[in-house]
Amino acid sequence: MQSFKSLPHPEMYCHSSFFLREDGSRSQTRFADLGDLDQPASAFHHDGAVDLSPSSMFSLKSGNVAVLSGDLHYDAVLNTSIGSVEIATTGTGCLDTGQYMYHKGAAIASSLGNGHCIENWGDSGMADNSQQTDTSTDVDTDDRNQLHGVQHCTIAVVDSLEKSKAKAGDQKTLRRLAQNREAARKSRLRKKAYVQQLENSRHRLTQLEQELQRARQQGIFIATGFSGDHGSGNGAVTFDTDYARWLEEHQRLISDLRSAVNSHMSDNELHLLVDGVMAHYDEIFRLKSIGTKADVFHMLSGMWMTPAERCFMWLGGFRSSELLKILGNHLEPLTDQQLVGICNLQQSSQQAEDALSQGMEALQQSLVDTVSSTSLGPAGSGKVADYMGQMAIAMGKLATLENFLHQADLLRQQTLQQMNRILTTRQAARALLVINDYTSRLRALSSLWLARPRD
Amino acid sequence: MYQTESSWGSYMPPRNVGDPLERIERLASENAVVIFSISTCCMCHAIKRLFCGMGVNPTVHELDEDPRGKEMEKALMRLLGSSSAVPVVFIGGKLVGAMDRVMASHINGTLVPLLKDAGALWL
Repeated sequence: MQSFKSLPHPEMYCHSSFFLREDGSRSQTRFADLGDLDQPASAFHHDGAVDLSPSSMFSLKSGNVAVLSGDLHYDAVLNTSIGSVEIATTGTGCLDTGQYMYHKGAAIASSLGNGHCIENWGDSGMADNSQQTDTSTDVDTDDRNQLHGVQHCTIAVVDSLEKSKAKAGDQKTLRRLAQNREAARKSRLRKKAYVQQLENSRHRLTQLEQELQRARQQGIFIATGFSGDHGSGNGAVTFDTDYARWLEEHQRLISDLRSAVNSHMSDNELHLLVDGVMAHYDEIFRLKSIGTKADVFHMLSGMWMTPAERCFMWLGGFRSSELLKILGNHLEPLTDQQLVGICNLQQSSQQAEDALSQGMEALQQSLVDTVSSTSLGPAGSGKVADYMGQMAIAMGKLATLENFLHQADLLRQQTLQQMNRILTTRQAARALLVINDYTSRLRALSSLWLARPRD
Repeated sequence: MYQTESSWGSYMPPRNVGDPLERIERLASENAVVIFSISTCCMCHAIKRLFCGMGVNPTVHELDEDPRGKEMEKALMRLLGSSSAVPVVFIGGKLVGAMDRVMASHINGTLVPLLKDAGALWL
């Protein structure tokens, strides 16, 4: 049922004979070949003289076209010239056109803003498919059904077109149609160029990313805004990169371990996996040692960790005694000997941590004393020699920071190794999983916190 | 809290010339736990706190307060094969090592038995 109200353009090809009515299954909505009208607005604007048949579609905008019912009756407004020429040629050409037309029709509909109407067209256009969205441009999947329909449509259309052509035969109209074709072609070319440009940019982007990654690994300092800080920049960036890689590898080893534990692997094989994880821990301590020598302040700052991890950080890393406390409940059943061993380990690691903490406090106090020993304030900076001397002493004290960080890492490493010695293979595997889960949760917490909605 | 050498000074026969290493060994065997330190060294401070935290009462020799401290420092550096002489710990007259060795032995559970054997720890 066509329920078009009066159409504004007398020259329109909205002739009754153009309207296709199809009963039953051939649910095809065909729009005129609007060419490549991804940017319909531009196309229309550039060629003011073009009276595109889509203007018949524009008539929809003015609400001239009533909503079609679900009766599978739909009306196709066809562009004569395009229709006849292209349809008559090849089937596939038509099919392309048909798909294209549908697709473009949807695009145009959205640009027209009369989505509701077109939506229904879309709806009626697909017997088998669900409602299309206004902005749908991917109708490729829907096409199988339609292809045949289009072909059938085509033949029916050609007949009516020829009749109408004879009737119309207007020079002005023909010229307009030619211009329409031209505009459509230009649009297509523009789109092609644009897409090509996007592809090139994307390719360039991946290239740049790769370059950046490579350069980072070579320790080249790329970031702008840091003019004289090359020395520390290298150490920090290098460690960060190495740490990220280590973490990835660690996650892989842990997931292997996890599946091994869950699959009740034999102890011998499990032992290999546990040893693998322990050896991998040795690797991070080695990296940290290099990083400490390169940039002790960066390592101490913990900026290479996530915020939540950093919150619980002690002297540039995790607190061994805390880890053992966390493990406490997850290691059962323990023999008496094991229990004693774990308790002693917890106590000794706690004592070692306290000792190092107190040493650090003494270092801090000593630094404060040194830096403030030459007179400060208005009367200050009297004797340059004194100042330089004190600076030299302060430098020496700062160097001991490296030693403290080193001792802290040794403590962590040795605690893990002792834990591995006390526990059975299976217990050690579980312990490593627990430790990983704990730190993973801290990392997840960091992400969640950073992403939280703020008012 | 620490026993310093000066409290024993009057009992010791004065030695003007002596091998520093010999002196070190002699001093080390005089007490159960002997620490050679430098008063301004913070790592030495840490190691002292470690022993105190365990309930041990170590004997500390501050090399910067000893007239022959300099040569003893050098001797210790040679002994340890390290660029830093202090802190260094002797237990029961035997060399244990610097901070890393002491901490390692504490973590792996060998320090406490050592201290007990030397009579520095009870219970």
